[in-house]
Amino acid sequence: MLRETWYTLIDFVRTFGALQLFFLRLLINSPTIILRRGGLVVKQVYNAGALSLVIIMVCGLFVGGVLGLQGYSNLSKFNAEDSVGTFAAFSLLKELGPVITALLFAGRAGTALASEIGLMKATDQLSAMEMMAINPLRRVLVPRFLGGVISMPFLAAIFSVVGLFGAHIVAVNLLGVDPGAFWQQMQSTLEISDINEGIIKSFVFGVVASLLAVWEGYNAIPTAEGVSRATTRTVVITAIAVLIIDFMITASFI
Amino acid sequence: MQQTRSVELGTGLFVLLGMAALFFLTTQTTGSDNFSGDDAYAVTARFENVGSLKDRAPVAMSGVTIGRVTEVRFDPEALDAEVTFVIDSRYDQIPDDSDASILTAGLLGSQYIGLQAGGSEFYLEEGSEIQFTQSAIVIENLISKYLFKNDGDAE
Repeated sequence: MLRETWYTLIDFVRTFGALQLFFLRLLINSPTIILRRGGLVVKQVYNAGALSLVIIMVCGLFVGGVLGLQGYSNLSKFNAEDSVGTFAAFSLLKELGPVITALLFAGRAGTALASEIGLMKATDQLSAMEMMAINPLRRVLVPRFLGGVISMPFLAAIFSVVGLFGAHIVAVNLLGVDPGAFWQQMQSTLEISDINEGIIKSFVFGVVASLLAVWEGYNAIPTAEGVSRATTRTVVITAIAVLIIDFMITASFI
Repeated sequence: MQQTRSVELGTGLFVLLGMAALFFLTTQTTGSDNFSGDDAYAVTARFENVGSLKDRAPVAMSGVTIGRVTEVRFDPEALDAEVTFVIDSRYDQIPDDSDASILTAGLLGSQYIGLQAGGSEFYLEEGSEIQFTQSAIVIENLISKYLFKNDGDAE
């Protein structure tokens, strides 16, 4: 029993170390790909970012709407419903925007990446590339990783803005909060550092989510079952990692 | 070729949208200012103390919003605050001896300007200045006044 736990622990540390080395290899190969094969990255920004727009915007709108409703019903008990804008902006910019975007990103783009790479491995496409002296890490993994990293901050920003409009629609247009007070209170409380916190978070989450998706796909057991397991693990591990890292970043900002 | 073009177009649109969103977030611009257009007239008022009154705070009469604050500035010569606000031109029959006071919406709410109608036969118009004003209530002053009064009673 003790022995098994020990081996599991050692195994975990080893995997973690391998992940760091993998991350370094991706980073080292990134500049060449950006400079020489920018088109590949653009295609992956399209896959990870542009194709995720619909889910991000719809979810953002309704998350913002919920914030407007909840904020109004709770703040109006203190006669402070004018602060709904501040409430929604703080929640969206600092927490919900980056975190929910990262979770949706893991579900929408991360799974696509993991299963795509896993299937390429299962059908020996990666081995074929190696046979042709093409480095699959450079040709397949790096563009997908970079595409995710570039897309995430934009997706999170779009999520936050759409969410603000959702909150505005619910609070101002449906519940009758004064639009001037909604924006004025938001602007007088919100500082540029709050926005920076959100941008930093979304960037870090972008790195984490893309790295884990690419890693899981690359290390998938090359069978149908292995690929499906890698896809599931991508979502689970990304969700756990994002929430833990979110706590750490928030703690370091306070 | 056609497919590459649509991918590039989609990516470009996505990145532009993202940048627009970031720009919106950092500048926090607002498209909801209903009173800055042509159908409004500007009025000024001077206050000893404006408290935490900000741009775009509402101007209300009998509790109904009829305008917006457009500028709060300190006048270095008269040593007081000059507040400019616009009133919707639908409400063009406000007596020119009305008084303006800075009030707070609720206990924690934001500050706004409340207008109280006067009895004059002349109306406020573009560029007129409100003569009778009442400053924001500063809570420290209230408390010290209260303490001072209690001291007086004790003696």
